[in-house]
Amino acid sequence: MKVPVSWLRDYVAIPESLSGRDVAELLVGVGFEVEGVETVGDVRGALVVGRVQAIEELEGFKKPIRFCQVEVGPSNGHVDTPGIRGIICGARNFAEGDLVIIALPGTTLPGDFTIGTRETYGRISDGMICSQRELGLGDDHDGIMILPAGSATPGDDAFPILGLGDEVLDIAVTPDRGYALSIRGIAREVAIAQGIPFTDPADALPELPESSGTPVDVDSEDRAACDLIVLRTLENFNPAAPTPDFIKSRLAAVGVRSISFAVDVTNYVMFELGQPLHAFDADKITGKIRVRRALAGEKLETLDHVVRELSNEDLLIADDSGALSLAGIMGGLTSEISESTTRVVIEAAHFDAVDAAKSSRRHKLSSEASRRFERGVDRMLAPVASARAAELLIQYGGATYVGLAGVETAPDLVHVSFDPEHPSRVAGRSYDVSATKATLVALGCHIDDSKSPWDVRVPTWRPDLSTSIDLVEEVIRIDGYNNVPTRLPVAPKGSGYTAKQKLLRRSGLFLAGRGLVEVRNYPFMGQAEFDNLELASDATRRHALKLANPLSDEQPFMRTTLLPGLFAALTRNTSRGFADAALFEIASVSLPTPAQPATGITNPPRPSVSGRPSENDIAQLEALLPAQPTYVSAVLATGMWNDAIELVVSLASELGVDVTVRAADIAPWHPGRCAQIILGDRVIGTAGEISPRVNENFGLPKRTVAFEVDLDVLVLHANVTPSAPRIWTFPIAKEDIALVVAKDVAASDVMETVRQAAGELLEDIRLFDVYEGAQVPEGHKSLAFALRFRAADRTLSADEVAEARQAGIVAAAAQFGATLR
Amino acid sequence: MSAPNKSFDPVEVTTLSPEALAGFVADALQAFAHAANLDELKEARLAHIGDRSALALANREVGALPPAAKADAGKRIGQARGQVNQALEARTAELEAARDAALLVEESVDVTTVMPATRGGRHPLTTIQEQVADVFIALGYRVAEGPEIEAEWLNFDALNIAPNHPARTMQDTFFVGNEDSGVVLRTHTSPVQIRSMLTQQPPIYVICPGRVFRTDELDATHSPVFHQVEALVIDKGITMADLKGTLDHFASSMFGEGIVTRLRPSYFPFTEPSAEVDLQCFVCRGASIDNPEAVCRTCRSEGWIEWGGCGMVNPKVLVACGIDPEEFSGFAFGMGLERTLMFRHGITDMRDMVEGDVRFTRAFGLGV
Ligand SMILES: [Zn+2]
Repeated sequence: MKVPVSWLRDYVAIPESLSGRDVAELLVGVGFEVEGVETVGDVRGALVVGRVQAIEELEGFKKPIRFCQVEVGPSNGHVDTPGIRGIICGARNFAEGDLVIIALPGTTLPGDFTIGTRETYGRISDGMICSQRELGLGDDHDGIMILPAGSATPGDDAFPILGLGDEVLDIAVTPDRGYALSIRGIAREVAIAQGIPFTDPADALPELPESSGTPVDVDSEDRAACDLIVLRTLENFNPAAPTPDFIKSRLAAVGVRSISFAVDVTNYVMFELGQPLHAFDADKITGKIRVRRALAGEKLETLDHVVRELSNEDLLIADDSGALSLAGIMGGLTSEISESTTRVVIEAAHFDAVDAAKSSRRHKLSSEASRRFERGVDRMLAPVASARAAELLIQYGGATYVGLAGVETAPDLVHVSFDPEHPSRVAGRSYDVSATKATLVALGCHIDDSKSPWDVRVPTWRPDLSTSIDLVEEVIRIDGYNNVPTRLPVAPKGSGYTAKQKLLRRSGLFLAGRGLVEVRNYPFMGQAEFDNLELASDATRRHALKLANPLSDEQPFMRTTLLPGLFAALTRNTSRGFADAALFEIASVSLPTPAQPATGITNPPRPSVSGRPSENDIAQLEALLPAQPTYVSAVLATGMWNDAIELVVSLASELGVDVTVRAADIAPWHPGRCAQIILGDRVIGTAGEISPRVNENFGLPKRTVAFEVDLDVLVLHANVTPSAPRIWTFPIAKEDIALVVAKDVAASDVMETVRQAAGELLEDIRLFDVYEGAQVPEGHKSLAFALRFRAADRTLSADEVAEARQAGIVAAAAQFGATLR
Repeated sequence: MSAPNKSFDPVEVTTLSPEALAGFVADALQAFAHAANLDELKEARLAHIGDRSALALANREVGALPPAAKADAGKRIGQARGQVNQALEARTAELEAARDAALLVEESVDVTTVMPATRGGRHPLTTIQEQVADVFIALGYRVAEGPEIEAEWLNFDALNIAPNHPARTMQDTFFVGNEDSGVVLRTHTSPVQIRSMLTQQPPIYVICPGRVFRTDELDATHSPVFHQVEALVIDKGITMADLKGTLDHFASSMFGEGIVTRLRPSYFPFTEPSAEVDLQCFVCRGASIDNPEAVCRTCRSEGWIEWGGCGMVNPKVLVACGIDPEEFSGFAFGMGLERTLMFRHGITDMRDMVEGDVRFTRAFGLGV
């Protein structure tokens, strides 16, 4: 909301010593965000009012030129012609006797254009007669500015008349403060902040002439959505009447284009008071105006030239012929004020905020009117604002007053029961009760403090004040948040992080400690990525939730795997010269059940907020959501297939979880270099080398390796309190064995068999070499294991060790046909 | 060996004469001194005290002397041998030390050839969440979590943001499935607060860090996916003073002793009163205000940095969670973590936090 300080001064006596910046500070102090303060018109020097005394038409030039004698006041005239200056002008829209704006020589206009005394068209031009555009006051370059007759005297300083040098505050208004979208609302806040009197422009109804005919009639068929509508009909309006300059310059300052006088008046009054108004051409209205819901199939072409399909939830202003305007949002084209309009109807109404918000959203149409109605407009304002508009049309547009028609439902005035100690309880300090009362009164409240608690009738322009805490906020706000003390509350003793939180942190530390770099990718993915992963058409990972309004149509899905994001980040790094990049991510994926469709359901449960929802309600809300387990995934540009597996197994081991691996064939991994990670009898992840095809699809380095594991499961099974091992100190006996088995036998199975058979004397067994080649038969491999034997209570004899070792070999032979190499 | 000494005249055994022995000793000492290394010293030892050395031979002559002369000659030769052995021992120690020193010199390396191993790193958005949580864990808070894909009711309705409330359009929301599915990508971490209140009786002291979503295009200062941390306290007698005290404690824990916050009135549907939180500039501490000599880039010489939003929990929110606003009150506040990182570390482009460039993240190491 742009707010010219001069306009504020109409209603609040801001001391002359306060600059726009000072006024901004006052408003900041009571909680407004002022985004900037700008000065209108970049004019330096002297601008004065002049009266055109005589016009001499100069002939013989390419275009007609006038040489004017202009009265500029006793002290501003030329030395040879006291009080008068001769000025050359190319415009023709003025006549002798008109009041104009004169830039005296030495004055600099916007664009760094300095006026001088110069000879031109055979005359000495001694200044300039200004147009609006030349002064930086708007785009109107039809001709020079003419002030209303009698509104000023030659020689008057034109700066205040034109609003030049006025400062304009740009205020960000929060959505609860609809009243602040008006000069009236802001002026009140300035008055409160500075502690000076405020004159409410809405206090008195402007005096209008007696009714002189039959005004256009009106009815509201939906009193819930429109509990008040008034129409004021005027006739004999001069459609060519120019908009007075003070209205033009103020509208320009608040950022609204001048359209026509009648429309400008509706905008002017809206900014002044906060009541949106609409002007109709009365001659284009058939019969009576009604507020009603749209009918199915009804259409309306709004002022922005969009033909809108109406919903039966849209509230309309209509006449007997059909829709005229979208209530509270935008007018229609057919009843618009035109260049020939002489009978004008000013409509002012009070519309339901939710209705206005819904319609605005439905039609994706936000207007100055809808912004105000959504936030709440003063219920009592319509008669005042429409009278103000009529007054201006009569005064400056030659209109005569026909009369008023209107309907209203008696307003519900809001009373709040208010304990004057409540602000003290909220802020943690005490507030003086009389100061609290003064604040509320200044805001417009009527207080009956004979009762305890007080009965406070809140002002009709503050629909945001409906409960005691709303008033508390006002009291603390106006007093200043800086006056609230500080205190650190003492929480009950806590138990720190949960095991899961600690283990997630540890997982990240582990992987980063192993040289991997963490990334945090967006959780979106697209159809192309599912395809590029070479997932089977019925793969569960393709069942992903879809966003209704994705940022990019390429990636409308919520990820079911972290891999595509990691792949993209990896190629970004390798292409930037980090060929050895190794990345990991710990994040949630979303896994909808088959019963949860990608495009969601409709009519979800929406429990009341008037109390705690029932357990059943909560369960129904939870049932809307997909499972969102935390995964950990990693990609390594230069690793080997076994590095990926080793990282997972080591990570699990870091968390105290024993996982096993077994060969698998799962996209996007290489079918011969892919391991499932198994915990108990549950598959919790996959690791290995990415398949060549997928590498190519994603532009990954050759032989990229990766893993992805359900970290929630790992964490769930983490052993956070491992038992201490007994440290036996009797000597160790080391034995190495090499077993030849068929190539397709899993080393882990052989190792497990040997471990079982060797018995409890076997302290440890590790695979340290795998050999395939000339030394072993075709289709076989040799697995070399290092065995370590130790007993708790004695030094093992050679026979004991040999026996245990032999038991392992025999079992491997029996189970896998293994032979000792 | 000389022939038997018939006349028993010791003087006749010339090798045992004091002069001869002194000569042997001098020869040996000179040979030891000349030995340049342990090998040469070994040769000198064999030559001068070995079985065939002059001293050894002289020693054998003693046996042939008459008893009267034996003691005298024995003493002399013993002294001579002692003198030689002592010299040998000293020279051996000297040469061993020299040998060891030479070896160390020989094994010396260029210690500047060592390069650091390729570093891993944790994302600063991860570690700042931990850092914030650490501050509040120390105060006795709990870290609460909730899903990123969230029920619209928890994200909006329960927070006093009714279906047609303007605030819903303020927070540009990603809808999951369709716009009426009741499921959204959470626009703030506040639904975690609701979850805490639905599952826990007051007193509640929780901190909720997490990822949130709004439909903003990615640019230097916006990201559709970003992170927040929110705090919620519900207890008996909680006031705005508690809110301010907690914010100041948070600010000084994160940015240095004495750094404070200030509140400016604002509006959020879920709090009342509501305020914006400004952080005192931790770089200039306000010294840059109206001081062209000390321009501060962190706060643009304003002395304060916009940090987040806060307020007293709206009684309507308490009611929606089944908490009696007559008995309990509370406060909540929230900050954007990307923004916090940007001004704390001088990150100028939001995209650096999104792209996953290893150079960016490695700079932050493993976190604290
Ligand atoms: Zn600073």
